[in-house]
Amino acid sequence: MIRLSVNGRRRAYAGPPFARLIDALREDWGLTGTKEGCGEGECGACTVLIDGEPANACLVPMGQLDGARVETVEALGTPERLNRLQRAFAEKGGAQCGICTPGMLMAAEAHRRAKGRKDREGICRALSGNLCRCTGYKHIIESVSAALKGKK
Amino acid sequence: MRPVGESAPRKDGPDKLCGAARYIDDHPIPGALFGVTVRSRSASGRIKGVRFDPSFPWAECVVADARDIPGKNAVHLLGDDQPLLADGVVRHAFEPVLLVGHPDRATAWRALENVTLEIEPIEPVLTMEDSVSRKRVIWGDDNVFKTITIKKGDAAAALAQAPVVVEGVYRVPHQEQAYIENQGMSAWFEEDGTLVVMGSLQCPYYVHKALQPIFALPAEKVRVIHAVTGGGFGGKEEYPNMLGGHAALLALKAKRPVKMIYDRTEDMQATTKRHPAVVRHRTGLTKDGRLLAQEIDILMDGGAYMTLSPVVLSRGILHATGPYECPNVSVLARSVATNTPPNGAFRGFGAPQTLFAAEMHWEKIASVLGKDPVDLRRRNAVKVGSVLATGQVLKESVSAGKVLETAVKRSNWTAARRAHARWNKDPGKPTWRGLGLSLVHHGAGFTGNGEVYLKSRAGLAIDRAGRVTVLAGSTEMGQGASSTLAQIAADALGVPYGSVSVERPDTARVPDSGPTVASRTTMVVGGLVRRAASDLRTALAKAAGRAPSGAPAFRRAARKLCGAASERRFLAEYERPAGLTFDDVNYVGDAYGSYGFAACAVELEVDRTTFEVRLLRVFTAQDVGKAVNPRVVEGQIAGGTVQGLGWALLEQCVYKDGALQNPRLTDYVIPTALDVPDIEVAIVEDPYSCGPFGAKGVGEMPMDPPGPAVAAAVFNATGLFLPTLPILPERIQEAADEEAARRALK
Ligand code: FES
Ligand code: FES
Repeated sequence: MIRLSVNGRRRAYAGPPFARLIDALREDWGLTGTKEGCGEGECGACTVLIDGEPANACLVPMGQLDGARVETVEALGTPERLNRLQRAFAEKGGAQCGICTPGMLMAAEAHRRAKGRKDREGICRALSGNLCRCTGYKHIIESVSAALKGKK
Repeated sequence: MRPVGESAPRKDGPDKLCGAARYIDDHPIPGALFGVTVRSRSASGRIKGVRFDPSFPWAECVVADARDIPGKNAVHLLGDDQPLLADGVVRHAFEPVLLVGHPDRATAWRALENVTLEIEPIEPVLTMEDSVSRKRVIWGDDNVFKTITIKKGDAAAALAQAPVVVEGVYRVPHQEQAYIENQGMSAWFEEDGTLVVMGSLQCPYYVHKALQPIFALPAEKVRVIHAVTGGGFGGKEEYPNMLGGHAALLALKAKRPVKMIYDRTEDMQATTKRHPAVVRHRTGLTKDGRLLAQEIDILMDGGAYMTLSPVVLSRGILHATGPYECPNVSVLARSVATNTPPNGAFRGFGAPQTLFAAEMHWEKIASVLGKDPVDLRRRNAVKVGSVLATGQVLKESVSAGKVLETAVKRSNWTAARRAHARWNKDPGKPTWRGLGLSLVHHGAGFTGNGEVYLKSRAGLAIDRAGRVTVLAGSTEMGQGASSTLAQIAADALGVPYGSVSVERPDTARVPDSGPTVASRTTMVVGGLVRRAASDLRTALAKAAGRAPSGAPAFRRAARKLCGAASERRFLAEYERPAGLTFDDVNYVGDAYGSYGFAACAVELEVDRTTFEVRLLRVFTAQDVGKAVNPRVVEGQIAGGTVQGLGWALLEQCVYKDGALQNPRLTDYVIPTALDVPDIEVAIVEDPYSCGPFGAKGVGEMPMDPPGPAVAAAVFNATGLFLPTLPILPERIQEAADEEAARRALK
C-alpha cells in the first residue's frame, strides 16, 4: 500500500506500483484537471508538484510516491475564488484552449515558490518544458509576469 | 463602457484555470468500453485476412469491421470516397480497418499488439509528381481531385513581351496541427434509438450530417454535443466525422457507450495535416518592377482521399498572386491523390502555401532587379479600386499599404538592414543577421458562394428573467469565439457583457451556424447574432411600450415579451451582402466579401558555425476590421504567428513508404517559450461595412506571413535563397556548401 497526500488530502493507493501517477489522479481519484498531451514527458500538460517540485505525472510511477506530497491544479483555487496566479491568467488571457493551462500553472507556481527570476528570460526557462500551441506564449508570459510582480 | 472593443475576460477562463473545464476524456461515461483502431501498416494493398492471437482474451472484446456498418460505408464530406473502415483494400498507411472495444483502457490498447492484418501490397504512388504523371491511377481517371484555373488578361502574351521575366519554384511541406489535446469522441445510443456523439470537435453539424448516412438514421435521431476542445487549428474540422463514426459503430455493436481517445502517436500518424504544395511562378515586370504578368502553377498533395482538398485548393489559388494588382494573370491549380494519409484543413487552408511562394518570389525579383523588396511591394500592392485576378474590385477596407508601412516603420527597415549588412561584412562576428518582411491578404469567411450554400442561422434566446443566451453551433476551441459572440450580443442589446451567456453547442439545442472555420465566426456568425439582437431589441421595446433602459426595465420587458412561454428565440439567417457575385465554375467575381491584410517583419541571426537560427524580433501588423476583443485578437495573432514560425524553422514531417516516421512531440518539434521572442503585435482597424461593428476575419491570417518573412530574413542574412520550408540548420548548411562549390567553379 502506497500512502501519499494529494492536494492536502491523505490517499492510499493499492494498485500496481508501475501505474502512472496521471492515471491514479484522473481515473482513481477523479482529478481530471491534470491533462495528458503526449504521455512521454514532452508536452508538460500533466505537470504537477511532487514535494513542491514540478514533475510530469505521465512519467512518475506510483511506486515512487510513498510519503510524497502531490499537488495538482485543483489545489490552486476554484472558479469562484481564483488564486493570484489564476487571476493573472484570467486578466491577461493566459488560457486559450486551456489544455496546457493546468500544467503551465503548476510550472509557474513552482517557479513562484522557488522565488525564481521575474524577467522574461527567467519565466521562459521555467515554462520551457510546457508546450502551448495556442498562445505563442505571449499572454502566458505576461500572466506569469504580472502574478510575480503583483503586490499582496 | 460598450462591450465591443473591450478586452473583456474570457467566458471560458475560470473553469479552464481550475481544471474544472471538461474535455472529452474528462467526462465520466458510465459503462463505457474504450475503443481502439486497428490500422493498416501498408500504404497500398489488398486485405487478405486478419489474424487474432488466441492468447489474448478476445471474448472480452467487441470487434467491428466494415460489414457492421448499417448504412453507407463512407465518411461524408465533399466526396463520399473515404470509407469509414477499409473494405478489402487499403489506400494509405494507418487507414482504419477494424475497431476493438474493451472495458479496460490498457487492455484495449494491448489488443492492438495481438492482431495482425495480412495485406498483399500494391505498388503505392507516394509523390505528387508520380501522381500527376499517372505512374499508376489510384483515384478517379487521372489522380486529380480538382483542377481550378483563373484567367485575367493575357498572361502568355504579356510575358512574351515583358522586359524582365523571373521564374521560381517554391515548396512547402506537411504540417501537423499539434493541438495539445488529442482527438477523442464518445458515443452511445439512447433508449429511443437516438445516436449521441460527444467530443473534441470544431463543427458539430458536420458530424451530425456525416453520421446520418453511415447509420441510416434521420437527422432528428442524431445528436452531436461539443465537449470543451483543446485546440483544433482545422485538425478537428473534418476528422471528427471519422472518429465519431468509429465510436458510434462500436457502440452500436457493443450495445454500450464507447469512448475513443487517441494517443499522440496515433493522432499524428492517422489524422489530417496541412497539404504540401509545389508552386511555380513566372512573372513579367517592367525594369522598375511593376507587375505585367503572373503565371502560376500550383500542385497540392491531397493524400489518399478527397476530404476537403478541393476547397483548400480553392483558397490556395485565390491567394496565389498575393495582395498585388497585376493586369495579366493565369493560374492553374491542381490537387492530386497519393497513397498517404489524407491531408485536410489547417489554419490558413491553402493560403499559407501559395502566399509563401508569392512572397518569396518578390525576394527573388528584388535580387534580380537589384531593388529593395519593400519598394517593389509598395509599388504593386492593392488599394481601394484595385482589381484582383478574379476580376473582383476591392471597394473598401483595403489596408495593404497601411500594414506594410507599419511593419516597415516598426522594424526600422532601412536602418536595420544597413546595420546588418555592416555586421555581416565583419568576419569576426559569430553570426549573420538579417531582416525580412512579408505582406499578405486573407479572405474572410467561406470562399465564393460558400456562405450562400451554408444558409447559417444563429441568434439569441431570452427568458422571463431577462437572461440572454447566444445560440450558435460555433464552437469555442481556444480562439475566443464564445466571448466574442457574447460581446457582440451585449453591445447590440445594450446590456452588460456579464449578463449574456453562451449555449454549449449541441445540435439538439442550437441552430446550425455553419462550421467553425475559415475565419468566419466573428464576421459571419457575429453578424447574425448582431441582427438577432437588434430584432430582440425591437421586440422588447414593442412589448414594453418603449425601449427598456436599465436592468429592472429590461427584466420587465423580457417578462412581457415571453408572456406564457419560458423563453423566446430570435434567429437570423445569412443573407449575402448586396452587390457580391461569384462564378464558381470560371472563378470570376467576388471571391470573398472582404480581406484582412497583414505584414510581418522578422529579424534573426544565423550562427556561422552551426547554422542555427535565432529569432531576434518578430513584429506583425494585422488589419482585422474591428477588434471586438483586442486581447483575444492579440492572442490569436501571437499564437498564429508562432505556429507559422514553427512551420518555417522547426516542424518537419518525415515520411517513409507513406508513413510518418516521427509521430511524437519529441521528434516533431514545435516551438517552446524559449524558441520565440515576444511577438510584437499592432492591431490595425480598417472597418468592413458588412461585418458586425466593422469586423473582418481574425483566426487564420496570422499563419500566412511568418514563413516567407523568415525565409526572406535568412536570405538577407546569408545571401542564401531557400525556397523550401522548413529552414533547418542542415538545409542552410547544404545551401552554403552548394554556394561555395559554385563559387569555386567560377
Ligand atoms: S502528458 Fe506528460 S509530458 Fe505530455
Ligand atoms: S492554450 Fe491551448 S495549448 Fe495552450
